[in-house]
Amino acid sequence: MKGSLKTGRSKRSIGWYLAHDWQLWVMLLPAVVYIFIFCYIPMYGAQLAFREYSFETGITGGKWVGFKYFEQYFTSSMFGTTLKNTFTISATSILLGFPAPIVLALIINQIRSSKWKRTVQTTVYIPYFISTVVMVSMLNVLFAKKGGVLSDFMKTIGLVSPKANLLGQAKYFVGMYVGSGIWQSMGWNSIIYIAALSSVDTQLYDAAKIDGANRWQRVVHIEFPVLVPTIMILLIMNMGGILNVGFDKVFLMQNTLNLSASQVISTYVYDVGVKSSQFSFGTAVGLFTNVVNFVFLLTANWVSKKVTGSGLM
Amino acid sequence: MTATKPAKDLRNTEVRRNKIRENALSDRIFGAVVLILSILCFLIILYPLWFVVIASISNSDLVNQGKVTFLPMDVRFYGYEQVFSDSRIWNGYMNTIIYVVAGTALNLAVTMPAAYALSRPDFRARNVVMTYFVFTMYFSGGLVPLYMTISNLGLISTKLILIIFVAVNTYNLIIARTFIQNSIPNDLYEAAILDGCDHFTYFWKVVIPLSKAVISVEILYYGVFHWNDYFNALVYNYKQSNEPLQMVLRRILLLNEAYASGNGGVQGGYGQSSADQVKYAVMIVSTVPILCVYPFVQKYFEKGVMIGAVKG
Repeated sequence: MKGSLKTGRSKRSIGWYLAHDWQLWVMLLPAVVYIFIFCYIPMYGAQLAFREYSFETGITGGKWVGFKYFEQYFTSSMFGTTLKNTFTISATSILLGFPAPIVLALIINQIRSSKWKRTVQTTVYIPYFISTVVMVSMLNVLFAKKGGVLSDFMKTIGLVSPKANLLGQAKYFVGMYVGSGIWQSMGWNSIIYIAALSSVDTQLYDAAKIDGANRWQRVVHIEFPVLVPTIMILLIMNMGGILNVGFDKVFLMQNTLNLSASQVISTYVYDVGVKSSQFSFGTAVGLFTNVVNFVFLLTANWVSKKVTGSGLM
Repeated sequence: MTATKPAKDLRNTEVRRNKIRENALSDRIFGAVVLILSILCFLIILYPLWFVVIASISNSDLVNQGKVTFLPMDVRFYGYEQVFSDSRIWNGYMNTIIYVVAGTALNLAVTMPAAYALSRPDFRARNVVMTYFVFTMYFSGGLVPLYMTISNLGLISTKLILIIFVAVNTYNLIIARTFIQNSIPNDLYEAAILDGCDHFTYFWKVVIPLSKAVISVEILYYGVFHWNDYFNALVYNYKQSNEPLQMVLRRILLLNEAYASGNGGVQGGYGQSSADQVKYAVMIVSTVPILCVYPFVQKYFEKGVMIGAVKG
């Protein structure tokens, strides 16, 4: 980490460093400027949440109104709905979606035939490349109320009632959202675990075999523990996005019938903030989400450090 | 796993042999379960994809009645004919290609030099600059201030914004930085310096040629992002002529806008029973190009995902 040039450790002036590093600064410049314009300026602009917006004076010139717009959000009927929907979708995604790639990786890693292993791996990666628009369209045809192949199948085996409309009823929204999400990302997310599994020391397997461990026991006692650090880091990162339900898919899956379950914070911000130009209100709602996410991330990180000793920061 | 005493006495060895014999059976069951589960996963992933393919060449009436399940029925290619003669699709395709090619080129031009600078252990400000980037992963101003910033720059409804937006993604930056840091030996740098190389020359002549693996990963990540992105086009663009393919797809597939523009609509039995073919054909036509890229970068990308996991 702290490696230095051969010439060494002696103290140098700031001028020396600038002369030495100016080329590196030049190489960094585009990225730094870009991030400044598209991330830090909007962060500064988030003060709009506390101000009235006026066309003449722009984002930072309006009258200071304190927490007016936050109060407006907290007391509106949409507060409860959007918060509940966002949290439900997020929590279900993490609860069901997080273990899926781990299990898949363990299964794939156990496949003995390398040809079959390759086939399964390549196949499960494919859905990752499907765009959200196409994904939602696929849901629309596969789970159509009439003649949808998969909805018919689910009705036949009695998984849902024969009259169910999987796309138009609010109660099925979370299931459809999370299920399709798992289908699409399970394979891709498993790559990281498969890679971690390939680093297991083969001596451990041999030792376990001699000790009389069967394959299941080897999975539980050797492979799973290897995955734990990766699992923890990814879990923390997931926690940091708990109120960041991706806008993309929810927005496309929304229809008037399922809105009571599908209006989440991000789509709400878009509706009020961009579409109907309530800039201050939209900013306040967005800022609230970001702060909650940040708190979740820090908490998850803190817990992880306490429990496992490894964390993100 | 658990430490056992060296098996000196016969009984212990005997117990162990029995155990291994028992294991042979349980392992066989285990193997069978693994096989069944893997077949199940395989089918669950594959079937929806397969269905779209067969539906795109089958009689739409039969598809809509739910009769087409495993094999195509009453094969026809009307949908593809319609798709290829639809000017909106071609326009969307052209736009998307511009956004993907120009956008990804810009992404690389911004990300790779920055990643190199941040990988230099002798660069004093690297931790500060890194924090500057990483902070944006976890905190942002939100959609509305971003929208207003872009609007103040006069970039709404321009092709430019769809090219330059997300010029550098912090996650991808970390991947590239970690790769350069870990797989290009510092000795090379020191040798190059002795030969009178500066950072620019070293980066161009040594780092770039040695970073092919991570560059492929970056191309894949950024390229797929640009190809599949509809959100930015939805929010920052109102001009139909600038719309990327995904927005056109959204119109056709989700908003059910009439297709076959200029054809006077589809009439007659044949056209009617094939009408919905267009939807499936569109899905395939828009997904196949990105799938075709994947095998070329496949050997690199597992590596890339792995590097990304190691937070440096």
